[in-house]
Amino acid sequence: MASTTQRRIYALVGVAALALTAAACKGGDGTTNDNLSKPECAAFKDYSGIAGKKVTIYASIRDTEEDLLKQSWKDFENCTGVKIDYEGSGEFETQVKVRVDGGRAPDIAFVPQPGVVEYFAKGGKLKPLGDKAKTTATQNYSADWLKYATVDGKVYGAPLGSNVKSFVWYSPKMFKDNNWKIPTSWDELITLSNTIAAGGKLKPWCAGIESGVATGWPATDWTEDILLRDQGPQVYDQWVAHTVPFNDPKIISAVDRAGSILKNPAYVNAGIGDVKSIATTAFQEGGLPILAGKCALHRQASFYANQFPKGTKVAEDGDVFAFYFPAIDAAKGKPVLGGGEFVVGFADRPEVQAVQAYLASAHHANTRAKLGNWVSANKGVDLANVANPIDKKSVQILQDSSSVFRFDGSDLMPAAVGSGTFWKEMTAWITGKDTKAALDAIEASWPK
Amino acid sequence: MSTVPVPVAEPATAVGRVRKRLTSRTASAISLVIALIWTVPTLGLFISSFRPEADIKTNGWWNFFTDPKVTLDNYQDVLFGTSGSSGRLATYFINSLVITIPSVLFPVAFCALAAYALAWTKFKGRDWIYVAIFALQIVPIQMALVPLLQFFNIFALEDEGSFVQIWFAHTCFAIPLGVFLLHNFMSELPGDIIEAARVDGASHARIFRQVVLPLIVPALASFAIFQFLWVWNDLLVALVFVPGADSTPLTVRLAELAGTRGNDWQRLTSGAFVSIIIPLIVFLSLQRYFVRGLLAGSVKG
Repeated sequence: MASTTQRRIYALVGVAALALTAAACKGGDGTTNDNLSKPECAAFKDYSGIAGKKVTIYASIRDTEEDLLKQSWKDFENCTGVKIDYEGSGEFETQVKVRVDGGRAPDIAFVPQPGVVEYFAKGGKLKPLGDKAKTTATQNYSADWLKYATVDGKVYGAPLGSNVKSFVWYSPKMFKDNNWKIPTSWDELITLSNTIAAGGKLKPWCAGIESGVATGWPATDWTEDILLRDQGPQVYDQWVAHTVPFNDPKIISAVDRAGSILKNPAYVNAGIGDVKSIATTAFQEGGLPILAGKCALHRQASFYANQFPKGTKVAEDGDVFAFYFPAIDAAKGKPVLGGGEFVVGFADRPEVQAVQAYLASAHHANTRAKLGNWVSANKGVDLANVANPIDKKSVQILQDSSSVFRFDGSDLMPAAVGSGTFWKEMTAWITGKDTKAALDAIEASWPK
Repeated sequence: MSTVPVPVAEPATAVGRVRKRLTSRTASAISLVIALIWTVPTLGLFISSFRPEADIKTNGWWNFFTDPKVTLDNYQDVLFGTSGSSGRLATYFINSLVITIPSVLFPVAFCALAAYALAWTKFKGRDWIYVAIFALQIVPIQMALVPLLQFFNIFALEDEGSFVQIWFAHTCFAIPLGVFLLHNFMSELPGDIIEAARVDGASHARIFRQVVLPLIVPALASFAIFQFLWVWNDLLVALVFVPGADSTPLTVRLAELAGTRGNDWQRLTSGAFVSIIIPLIVFLSLQRYFVRGLLAGSVKG
C-alpha cells in the first residue's frame, strides 16, 4: 500500500513540475515600435511616445461587451504600440477596493458609481485627468455628465459607455393589433394602462426586481425615474445630497405614484402573478412576458435589449421595442435617468493619460459604436454609426438638448443606503410594507 | 444498587443504543429517502446542462421528461469557445491545476514536518509553539488578505509571480489546521516504535521518513483531500491574489460565465459540471482514506 501511495505522490509531483514549466514558458512579448507614420494610423498621430508601454485596466464589463471593447481599441494599440491589459470581473466593486488598499491598483478602472469615484478621489488614490484628456472630455461630454466625476473642482474621469433607464418596453405588433398609441404624456400612459386593464385579456404592466444580492434595484430605478418627473431635477439633486430627507412628503408622493402602477393589482404582474411576484421574479425575466403576448408594458433600461432571446428583433417594426417613459409636465423638459461608467486613473504615467484621452475621444466613441450594442453620451458620436435601433434612440435622447439628464441616484448615495437599505426597503415595499414606513427606515439608516 | 433488570438485547451504553436504532430497517429506508431528496437538485442541474438554452430559460428541468431535447451546445460553448464571450473553461482548467497541486503539496509537506517536530522532538516551549500555531486558526482569512497583498508588494512579483503568491497564500492559510490534525494523529503513534528506532541508531530524519510517514498515510491523505477541495473551490483567495485575466482559476471564470448582466446563465449548468469533475475523481479515488482519516486527530484535542 505504501508503495502505491508513494507512486501516486511521485506522479503528483511530476504533474506539478510540468505545470510549473508550462507556467514559466508563458513569456512576455512587446512591440517597442509604433506605426504612427503609416497612413492608416493618421488618426492617432497625437498619441506618440508611448510605444512598448503597458496599461492595465480593471472593470466590471465582461463577456460579449468585453470582446467588443477590446476590439474598439485594437487600432489604437497597433498604431501607438501601447499594450492594454484588460481584466473584467463580476466582483469588480469589492475587489477594486481590496486591490487599491493592497497597493495593487490597476492603472485605469471603469467605475460605474460616482460615489466610488469620490471615495477614491478623497482618499488621494486617484490622479486627476491629464491636460489632453481633460480638454477632450470637456469637449465631448456635457457638464451634466462630467460633474459626476468631479471632486473638489478636479475632473477625475470621463464617461465611457452610458445607458438610458427611462424606457418602457412594449411589443409594436401588440400595439398595432389593438390600435394602441404610444403614450407621450403621463396621463396618456395611465389612460392606456386603464384601457388595457379594462380589456380583460391581459394586465398592462410586468416587472421583476430580483437580482441576487442586489435585489430591489429595479424598484429604486422606478422610484428615481418617477421622482424626477413628479418633483423635478432640483428636488432630485437635493434628495440625492440628502438635504431633502428620504421620508419627506415630496418623496412619499413620488413613491406613491410609482406604487399606483407597481402595487396596483389591476395593473401587475402581467403573465407572472400577483403584486408580490414582482419581488421574486428575476429582473432578467421581468419583461419576457411581452414577447409571449402576456404583458404590454415593462419599464427597464436600454440594456434590457440583451435579455430577449437570440433572434428577437428589437426595432420599431420588430418584436419588441421601447418608448421614452413620458414626462408628467412636458413644459419642464424631458427628464432622463441613466447611468454609465467613468474612466478613472490610479496612475498618471504618460501612457495612462494617453489611454484616458483616447477613451474620451469621439474617435473611440464612434469606433466602439460601429461595433454595435453600445450607447454613449459622447457628443461626437455620429448617429449613422449606431446601427441598433434601441441604441440609436438612446443616443438621440442623450444628445437631445431638451433632455435633463440625471445619474442613477442609488449609485450616488452612500453605499449603506444606495446599495443597502434603499434596495431592501423597496423590496419590502413591494411585498406590502407601507410607503411611509419603508422611507422612514431608509432615512434612519442614512450615515450620520 | 439498582434492581431493575437490564434487557440483554439492549446494549448498555448510550452510543450502543443509538447505533442499534440507526441500523434498523426503517432508519435505512429513511436515510435512503433523504439521500434521494438531496440528490434531486444535482440531478436537475445535470439534466438542465443538456437542455437547449431556450428551454432552460423558459421552463423547469422536469419538463425534460415530457419533452426531451438534448444538446451538447452548452458544453461546447463553455469548454472550447475561443472568444472572451464564451467559456474557454479548458484553458482555465489548466490554471486551476497549476494553482491547486502545489497548494496541496506544500502544506502537506510542511505540516507533516512541523507536526513531527512538535510531537516527537523535545525542546523548550514546544507546547506553546503548538498552541500558538493552532490559535492562528481563529484569525479569519478575510483579515489577512490586504496585509498579505501589501507584503507581496515588497517583492514586486509580476505575471508568473502571481502563481507564487497564491501558492504562498494557500499554504499559509492551511498550516494551522494541518499541523493540528497531523500532530494529534502523530502523537497517538505508540512511543515504543519511535524508541526502538532510536535505540537502533536512527536519526530524526530517518525515523520520520521510514517509521512515521508510512504510518500517517491516512491522515496525510485526508488532509490532502480537505486542502484539495478547499483550494479547488476557492474563489476569494484567487480573486485577490491572481491578477490578470489569463491566470485565474476555474472558479473565477465560472463566476463570470453568466455575462455582464447575467443574461447567459444557461452556461452555468454545464460550467458547474465541468468544474466538479476533478474533485469528484479525487474524492472517489481517495475516499477510503477519507473515511478513515476523518477521525484523525479528532479524539484528542
